[in-house]
Amino acid sequence: MRYLLRRMGFYLVALWAAVTFNFIIPRLMPGNPALAYLAKIHAQNVTTAQYLAMQQEFGVDPNVPIWKQYFDYVNALLHGQLGISISQFPSQVSTILSQSLPWTIGLVGTAVFLSFLIGTLIGMLIAWRRGSWYDTAVPPILTFLSAVPYFWMALALIYVFGVNLNWFPTDSGYDVFSVSPGWNTDFIGSVAQHAFLPVITLVIGTLAGWVLTMRNSMITTLSEDYVLMAQAKGLPERRVMFNYAARNAILPSVTSFSISLGLVVSGSLLTEIVFNYPGIGFALYNAVQGDDYPLVEGCFLVIALAVLSANFLSELVYTFLDPRVRQGRS
Amino acid sequence: MQATNLTGQPIESSTVLYRAKGRGSSILRVITSNPKISIGLGVVALFVLVALGAPLLTPYDPNASVVRGSLPPSFAHIFGTTGLGQDMFAQIVYGARVSLGIGFFAAIGSTVLQVFFGLTSAYFGGFVDDVLSLIINVFLVLPGLPLAIVLASLASSADAANKNVVLALVLLFTSWSYGARVLRAQTLSLREREFVAAARTTGETPLRIIFAEILPNEIALVASTFIGTFVYAVGAEVALEFLGLGDTSKASWGEILFWAQNNTALITGKWWQFVPAGLCVAILCAGLAFINFGIDELANPRLRAERPQHGRLLSGKKKDEKENR
Repeated sequence: MRYLLRRMGFYLVALWAAVTFNFIIPRLMPGNPALAYLAKIHAQNVTTAQYLAMQQEFGVDPNVPIWKQYFDYVNALLHGQLGISISQFPSQVSTILSQSLPWTIGLVGTAVFLSFLIGTLIGMLIAWRRGSWYDTAVPPILTFLSAVPYFWMALALIYVFGVNLNWFPTDSGYDVFSVSPGWNTDFIGSVAQHAFLPVITLVIGTLAGWVLTMRNSMITTLSEDYVLMAQAKGLPERRVMFNYAARNAILPSVTSFSISLGLVVSGSLLTEIVFNYPGIGFALYNAVQGDDYPLVEGCFLVIALAVLSANFLSELVYTFLDPRVRQGRS
Repeated sequence: MQATNLTGQPIESSTVLYRAKGRGSSILRVITSNPKISIGLGVVALFVLVALGAPLLTPYDPNASVVRGSLPPSFAHIFGTTGLGQDMFAQIVYGARVSLGIGFFAAIGSTVLQVFFGLTSAYFGGFVDDVLSLIINVFLVLPGLPLAIVLASLASSADAANKNVVLALVLLFTSWSYGARVLRAQTLSLREREFVAAARTTGETPLRIIFAEILPNEIALVASTFIGTFVYAVGAEVALEFLGLGDTSKASWGEILFWAQNNTALITGKWWQFVPAGLCVAILCAGLAFINFGIDELANPRLRAERPQHGRLLSGKKKDEKENR
């Protein structure tokens, strides 16, 4: 329990760091959101009073001391206010984000789950049959595939399966012209169809990591005495593989889960951009294109929050799986 | 400037040789006997040579429109031309300079940070370790690429003069934490060794112990995290440029893809505008990753797949045990 409290404390510090970065970075740069907005709408003849009012609206009033700005900023965040978007003025950033977040969570969640499952199974099998032709062939191929940039893999899949073969849609999260969002089979089917290529992109990109982690850890576990003992007892091969070797070899994969999650989220940003998938990544891209600082920062904050919570969850799972961590001896 | 940094990749292996002094030839043998390392080094060396010898490889200026736009590959233009009629092959070979250069600078700077944070925090322990490893762990859990996008988008609108330097700094800043944690873990165990205690007894300063005693003993690990960072930096750099956060006026792999996407090369079937650049990134990064796997195998002999083991583990197991003892 004390361990968990300490970890929770750490994640709160990390979150605070993310918030503070968000506050400091734009203020270190020349210019400010108000100027950016004025440039965006090609405003002319703006009076000083109007400009000042605008700065107040964006929270960068030069007459307010910096600590007060920081206090106001954190206070607004705690109330769920992320400011006003410039590119989609006057929408609240939080509204835009709450519309995009479910798409990203669905995409990343499915991809991570599939990739973890398939990758760990492949890693287990090739470690078990170590030295066979597929143990020699699979890791290099996967390494090459994972070195392909996510967005380029997405482009290639679009070109082959979307444009040339025309098997899958390559644009947006669902068919906006023929189905309406809701709990009906048409909509869910359309979402699944549209998510297919993006999910495949992410799975291909992340598979190698799971396979190699599991293979290396499994090889170490296979040389343990209890595996030998299990075999000597004449237990079925499958039982030794799953219940004795793989079960103990899976811990490093769970640990690397948290690190890999950040990478998957990064990959999903790029994938969404290529597929025009209506998630956070696409929102971030549009915000960057439109010099929309409040939205850029809001996106980063939501991504950071999501990654941090997922990390914390994976640590909970880890604590549950490995009693040594609970005892604080690791 | 480009020339010195790009030769750095071969130097990396020669530093290892230098460190080992008398055992140089045997380390060279190990490197050449491990196929993964030799393949990886070969691939990387090829790209470095292409980047350095760009003017010798193509008569065209990468940024000048030489012919009509969007020509498919032909004998005169082996990778075809871009939408503006620039020679794609020239763009790729000159672009290798930018992509490798940014990646290399970011990785070098990041490695310096990794060594500083990892080694000092582990060596001093106590309060220093608490503070430094908190910083390391915070950077580790914050998602790197989104942070890089935020930084690059804010920085690029502020200062358009030298976007490539900004890009390298952004990548440096977002990539150092993982390596720092790996190095910290290794230093924690090295700190307890006798040679460190001996150095301490003879009154060497902490600075000297850290950088002259401990660092040379984990140089292989530093090399491996350097390569890992290089892979991340090249990939992230291409991604940021693809998003239009780089210097869009100069040819580089990310810019090629940026313009290909902007000119809807994909939908109109102009595959030659995005295939070469993407393949270059993939082959380069795979080559770097291969070097890392090779280093892993050298450090951990259990991972080597030398002789096949047929079926039952029971028989293969004995061989393993002989090897280990």
